[in-house]
Amino acid sequence: MATTMAKALNTALADALAADDRVVVFGEDVGQLGGVFRITDGLQARFGENRCFDTPLAEAGIVGFAVGLAMSGLRPVVEMQFDAFAYPAFEQIASHVAKLRNRTRGALSVPIVIRVPYAGGIGGVEHHCDSSEAYYAHTPGLKVVTPATVEDAYSLLREAIDDPDPVVFMEPKKLYFASADAELPARAEPFGRAVVRRPGRDATLVAYGPAVPVALEAAEAAREEGWDLEVVDVRTIVPFDDATITASVRRTGRCVVIQEAPGFAGVGAEIAARVQERCFHALHAPVLRVAGLDIPYPAPMLEHTHLPGVDRVLDAVARLQWDDQPDPRWAAQGSAA
Amino acid sequence: MTTTPQAVRRASPRTRRAATPPDPARPLLPDAEPVRLLDPSGTPLPARTDYPEPPVEALRELYRRMVLGRRFDTQATALTKQGRLAVYPSSRGQEACQVAAVLAVRDTDWVFPTYRESMALVARGIDPVEVLTLLRGDWHCGYDPAAVRTAPQCTPLATQCVHAAGLAHGEAYQGRDTVALAFIGDGATSEGDFHEGINFAAVFKAPVVYFVQNNRYAISVPLSRQTAAPSLAYKGVGYGVPSEQVDGNDPVAVLAVLTRAVAHARAGNGPYLVEAHTYRMEPHTNADDATRYRDGAEVDAWRDRDPVTRLETYLRARGVLDDAAVAEVAEQAEAYAADLRARMNEQPTVDPLSLFDHVYAEPTPQLVEQREQVRAELAAARDEEGDA
Repeated sequence: MATTMAKALNTALADALAADDRVVVFGEDVGQLGGVFRITDGLQARFGENRCFDTPLAEAGIVGFAVGLAMSGLRPVVEMQFDAFAYPAFEQIASHVAKLRNRTRGALSVPIVIRVPYAGGIGGVEHHCDSSEAYYAHTPGLKVVTPATVEDAYSLLREAIDDPDPVVFMEPKKLYFASADAELPARAEPFGRAVVRRPGRDATLVAYGPAVPVALEAAEAAREEGWDLEVVDVRTIVPFDDATITASVRRTGRCVVIQEAPGFAGVGAEIAARVQERCFHALHAPVLRVAGLDIPYPAPMLEHTHLPGVDRVLDAVARLQWDDQPDPRWAAQGSAA
Repeated sequence: MTTTPQAVRRASPRTRRAATPPDPARPLLPDAEPVRLLDPSGTPLPARTDYPEPPVEALRELYRRMVLGRRFDTQATALTKQGRLAVYPSSRGQEACQVAAVLAVRDTDWVFPTYRESMALVARGIDPVEVLTLLRGDWHCGYDPAAVRTAPQCTPLATQCVHAAGLAHGEAYQGRDTVALAFIGDGATSEGDFHEGINFAAVFKAPVVYFVQNNRYAISVPLSRQTAAPSLAYKGVGYGVPSEQVDGNDPVAVLAVLTRAVAHARAGNGPYLVEAHTYRMEPHTNADDATRYRDGAEVDAWRDRDPVTRLETYLRARGVLDDAAVAEVAEQAEAYAADLRARMNEQPTVDPLSLFDHVYAEPTPQLVEQREQVRAELAAARDEEGDA
């Protein structure tokens, strides 16, 4: 049955609320309005104001409140309205959510889910399109999850709510209303497992969240060039699945990592480093990255200059030294030095 | 009591919880002057119907724990000088606040301390060695917070204010009458999380008592740089939270005011803000030099308002404390300090591999790899020692 990621997330929240009295859902505009993206649509009417409610407009307050609720035994699921609006909560996330289990040797835990609609491609104005996953992934104690398919949206969110650790659940906004055939409830692979979305022999494209459809589209287009590309969806940035990605790159011998966030010091850089460390002798070319530019997220009229698209991915694939020639971009620098 | 315009009396906020009888006479604004039941010499002031004096047994216990608390505090400071503690933020001079606060709540209530509440934690009955674990240089908070219903001592300023609101709301949601007591200092009332916490507590009518120990300095920065408000207790009115200020060196008044605040919260009336005017007799920590920002005359003036002497004088005058009882408490305090000293002089054992145990409920594959690496490093180091 055709459904959307937004509907899958909404269904996952409803099913979690129905399954466990300890689950509460709250944030800004999530009650009567159902959230600005309607992910919590109808939950307050169905489960009551005690289970799904609006809070004062204060993100540190929302996350800190969730920490206290978790200490009392509840399982809060909070919504940050937009990626960049979550920054006021960063101290609570980095200093308490991520560390409380460790500071108390497991006596207290923070089984909360922080939902963050993130990334661009929707023509949003400034402060509404940040890819903030690296901040969270760099913080030990957090799990960082980002679905790219409708089934994963449902399955990963249910798993996040059941997980004993805090999960930053990053929802690619541009995929909210993309439709796909999916049966709900769905159970997909668990946390810590990357998934091969498209098998291929010649090179591996590693992507997550909003970059996965780009990778799949690029792989389809690459057939015309005679390349058979494999696409791996990371799904859970933390915990990270080295095994699946390593196995894929050892088979194909070439790898391009794709992310929408600015490339410098990003998750893609970590993935590229890990692949290189583990697959060096299987690699026929350096691991390349295709990422957003190292600029503040641009205005809607220019966002397509920033976003890694199919052409930029294919350009990278073309530079994977198919004819045993060094990448011309770096070769020029080498002769100048 | 200050007369308060009807407009600023607490309106009943829209809430999901069943309506409870409002605290009938509690205005939002604090008294113009801090509540005081003993003068600085320990002489009783006229009784107040709004803050009745606590029972004498409670006051004797308050005295006993204040003496123990002070002895604990001086012992901890001494341990820093011997290198047994990495750092210690003393609360000497704040004994009335530290001890009365934990006596005002039940064992089943939750306490949210800051790093300056070591004395309050030992007054709550937590093992002093556990309380000092973090300051000793270990990586965890020492005690079991779930067992003693006390959050880890909080270093990021004011962040605990929001946790207290959430905990209190969650307890009420699950039908328990738990009160959350959140400690905070004067400087931290400038932090956003103080305001977000008290606002959340007010909107959700969560049973929280916010207890500000205004000890005049945030490390070196005086109160005049934190606020232009008449007193920190005035910060409650904007959130619809009844507030009070109290002489923080008057142990009887602190216990009386906090007892009422806790009862207010437990009865379902929402949060309560109490500011205690007190003074930190020691530097911020042993690493601080307080002579750079305050003069000796100021410190001496506060010495004359010593809370322990004040309570002792009062209890002696009432005939409920005599030389023998004072000596008995002093002896208990010495024994307590001696036991602490002895146990702190034992070298603690730390296991580097335990660093991986509680990052997540189950370690990630990457942490498993790193643990193996550290294990191998430790084994290699042991082998080298063995060869040497």
